[in-house]
Amino acid sequence: MMTPTPAAPRRTALDALHRALGATMTDFAGWDMPLRYGSERDEHNAVRTRAGLFDLSHMGEITVTGPQAGQALDHALVGHISAIAVGRARYTMICQEDGGILDDLIVYRLGESEFVVVANASNAQVVLDAVTARVAGFEADVRDDRDAYALIAVQGPESPAILASLTDADLDGLKYYAGLPGTVAGVPALIARTGYTGEDGFELFVAPADAEKLWQAITEAGSPAGLVPCGLSCRDTLRLEAGMPLYGHELTADLTPFDAGLGRVVKFDKPGDFVGREALRAAADRPVRKLVGLVAEGRRVPRAGYPVVADGKVIGEVTSGAPSPTLGKPIAIAYVDAEHAAPGTEGVGVDIRGTHEPYEVVALPFYKRTR
Amino acid sequence: MSNPQQLRYSKEHEWVSAAEAGVSTVGITSHAADALGDVVYVQLPEVGSTVTAGDTCGELESTKSVSDLYAPVTGEVTEVNQDVVDDPALVNSAPFEGGWLFKVKVSEEPGDLLSADEYASFTGN
Repeated sequence: MMTPTPAAPRRTALDALHRALGATMTDFAGWDMPLRYGSERDEHNAVRTRAGLFDLSHMGEITVTGPQAGQALDHALVGHISAIAVGRARYTMICQEDGGILDDLIVYRLGESEFVVVANASNAQVVLDAVTARVAGFEADVRDDRDAYALIAVQGPESPAILASLTDADLDGLKYYAGLPGTVAGVPALIARTGYTGEDGFELFVAPADAEKLWQAITEAGSPAGLVPCGLSCRDTLRLEAGMPLYGHELTADLTPFDAGLGRVVKFDKPGDFVGREALRAAADRPVRKLVGLVAEGRRVPRAGYPVVADGKVIGEVTSGAPSPTLGKPIAIAYVDAEHAAPGTEGVGVDIRGTHEPYEVVALPFYKRTR
Repeated sequence: MSNPQQLRYSKEHEWVSAAEAGVSTVGITSHAADALGDVVYVQLPEVGSTVTAGDTCGELESTKSVSDLYAPVTGEVTEVNQDVVDDPALVNSAPFEGGWLFKVKVSEEPGDLLSADEYASFTGN
């Protein structure tokens, strides 16, 4: 088979708007996405203190329907998907037979026999292929809905008030990790109370043709409260502060959910067998490395791949690092060996381009919202 | 932001002012600052040290990445901008003014520095 030539980056339904707003664009998993509109630090702070608006249309939606849709997903994923109540959502993962993580996912149950699986853009095809293959023996159908949705997120403490001004949906009754169909600014939407920022917020799945109208309406309603458009750069620092893993950094096919400290997503007691069960059973008993937080004492920023050191020896590796706008210091998530994982462990540093800079080991997350 | 006509530019996106009493000021261009995003940390050469045109002499950290700072000219560093060390955001807000990086007593200047117009076409602006 010939290697396909890389296609031109895909553009979301909001592409023209991003350009009109003067966004700096970046190629992300084959999509041309806004990296930032102005200062990424200002965008980050807006989400922490007011509200931010994100285009996340690169995320991959896969719909699974049918009388056995729930059981099929119980088999395909590591979570107990059939136990999710209608209108609720669950954070879960899909693993290989050897327990390695193929992707982390959010699954929304829209109806008794209808689920939407949301995959990372970089893994959407892999997830689609795996789910399709794994549900083959069940009365369930898999539909590639990647082009059926644009995804717009409103995140931050002002987001409930902003959204409430645009919808009759019962937002007060919509709990964290729940989703319901409704109408926002006259646009039919799946309204989900989910996010990747550590703040309260909503993710709105809408038809691509409605995306611009919705974006403009939220901008208009939110601007007086300080809402600003936000790019992927601040999304990364927001999730990092909130201690949320990112596929390709904290999660890879070489790691199990237990390695990542997320073994709780694996439900061994659910009915039926699931892909990866045996390997994951074994992995549950051997936590080799631990995911920890590191806070810099100096100002140099640790980056993914930098070695974590103690007593001149490499004891781990940074998976994500950035200057934290909220803490005002560089922070990192890193894998370290178990004996250096306790918060406050002395003598831990990061090798920053040849210089060992001291770091404090802390428990994740770095930031937790108080309201 | 347009590139000031009175400055000259390196292909590594530094600017250098015309020497006054043999001393030139060095900074990075607005184009470079925009590409970096919010600068959060600058490491500058020490006063009294010698920098060599085309060699790295410091680094600039932004949210997303770290970039080397190259000396556009050769000479002895006479002053560094403490304001920019304390508040690296000056590199973004005023790259050609308050965000200057260091001053250097120029002993040698490469022949391939660009004019403002040449630099503009080099960066495609």
